[in-house]
Amino acid sequence: MKMKFGIKEVVAIGIGTALFVALTEVQIPLGFIPNTALQPRAALLAFLAAVFGPVVGGVVGLLGHALGDALFYGSVWWSWVIPEAVFGVIVGVFANKFAIKDGGFDGKAIVLFNVVQVIGNAVAWILVAPLLDIVIYAEPANKVFVQGFWAFLGNIIIAGILGTLIAVGYSKVGAKSSSLEKED
Amino acid sequence: MSRVLSYEEKDTWIHRLSGVTKLIFFLLWSITSMISYDTRVLLVMLVLSLVIFAMSKTKWKQVGTVFSFIMFFLAINLLAIFFFSPGQGTKIYGTETPLVHLFGAYTLTMEQLFYEFNVMIKYLTVIPAVFMFIVTTNPSEFAASMNRVGISYKIGYSMAIALRYIPDVQDDFAKIKHAEEARGIEMSKKAKLMERIKNMAAIIFPLVFSSMDRIDVVSNAMELRGFGKHKKRTWYMGRSLKRNDYLTIVFTIVFTVVALFITFRNGSRFYNPFI
Repeated sequence: MKMKFGIKEVVAIGIGTALFVALTEVQIPLGFIPNTALQPRAALLAFLAAVFGPVVGGVVGLLGHALGDALFYGSVWWSWVIPEAVFGVIVGVFANKFAIKDGGFDGKAIVLFNVVQVIGNAVAWILVAPLLDIVIYAEPANKVFVQGFWAFLGNIIIAGILGTLIAVGYSKVGAKSSSLEKED
Repeated sequence: MSRVLSYEEKDTWIHRLSGVTKLIFFLLWSITSMISYDTRVLLVMLVLSLVIFAMSKTKWKQVGTVFSFIMFFLAINLLAIFFFSPGQGTKIYGTETPLVHLFGAYTLTMEQLFYEFNVMIKYLTVIPAVFMFIVTTNPSEFAASMNRVGISYKIGYSMAIALRYIPDVQDDFAKIKHAEEARGIEMSKKAKLMERIKNMAAIIFPLVFSSMDRIDVVSNAMELRGFGKHKKRTWYMGRSLKRNDYLTIVFTIVFTVVALFITFRNGSRFYNPFI
């Protein structure tokens, strides 16, 4: 696990959060369930967590979601902020296995990334978010589970397609520096 | 980007408070409003937050767009609660006072109305606090003050970078979007869902990659300047806690304790006028 908290992590949290917040208003509405849409920022968070590890993933999820909510919607829904952090941590735990920066993100790593991403989203949106909604806001169980399920569905689609593509693309770019061969 | 809340310099006692004081207030305030379902507590909080909001001299045009946005979401949410669970109020308050029979299994009850009214004021009490926090807190001062009260300066710096780069990233996003649109990419509702995801990728790819570059550039620059070498650092915008800060913090804590005490005195966090 990447538990280090050095300069790179400080900056990654900062700029990652800024990216996450900026992408808050970029949404593709899913259906008639309120407050759920395909959110490219979910793919971004999966990618950042996969590159920088659980600390960056968790903090970007927490700060990014809270700040994004506050700046764009003037209100913070803590019951949905915390699951975002949970998701970032879960994906981040496997950061070393993905080896995105070292250009090792292919085949097995892609499968693992998507398995982890689906599990992370399931824990966050089908389990944690609805439970917090019920505990904190005493909202009706069937409503929050439907909402949570839609969020889960939207996020696995977007993280699966967009997140994987970004990671593959970045892994290729990153690999260039190490694939140079010395000329005789 | 006027659709977003942002800091605006003014001279009121709220603006002069340290960012940390406002953060403590904001966190405790939202936690209290989250936990409490006591209508009396929530109403007092609503009135207080409106007073604070008025004292911060925030203009309607600073927050109007965002506010109407929230009202829209709130309305949908309240309707959804009723649609999914018209008996939630009865379940919580234990009695049933039907008002109007609508259709099928949907009967509007007093309890449901009261429960949804509580949900509504719960949201409403937090909104002025968030507005106040965002609109009156200088981002640089906030990051510096975080360190002053003992939070690691690395975290303060992450926060400062985040707040500093949000407008930059938004600019980048707009530029890339315009460039891609000029090349003929359809971003509006006219395109199909799959098509839109693909087009979205055309914007997000360059944005993410340029941001990853930026992370490298900024962290190299900070490393070259010896960031993180010492345990402490000094701040240009730092502000120590003053008398008003302590008064505000003490008031906030006392208020939270009293509010929670009143909420839980009758053994449940709901105020029940039906028994």
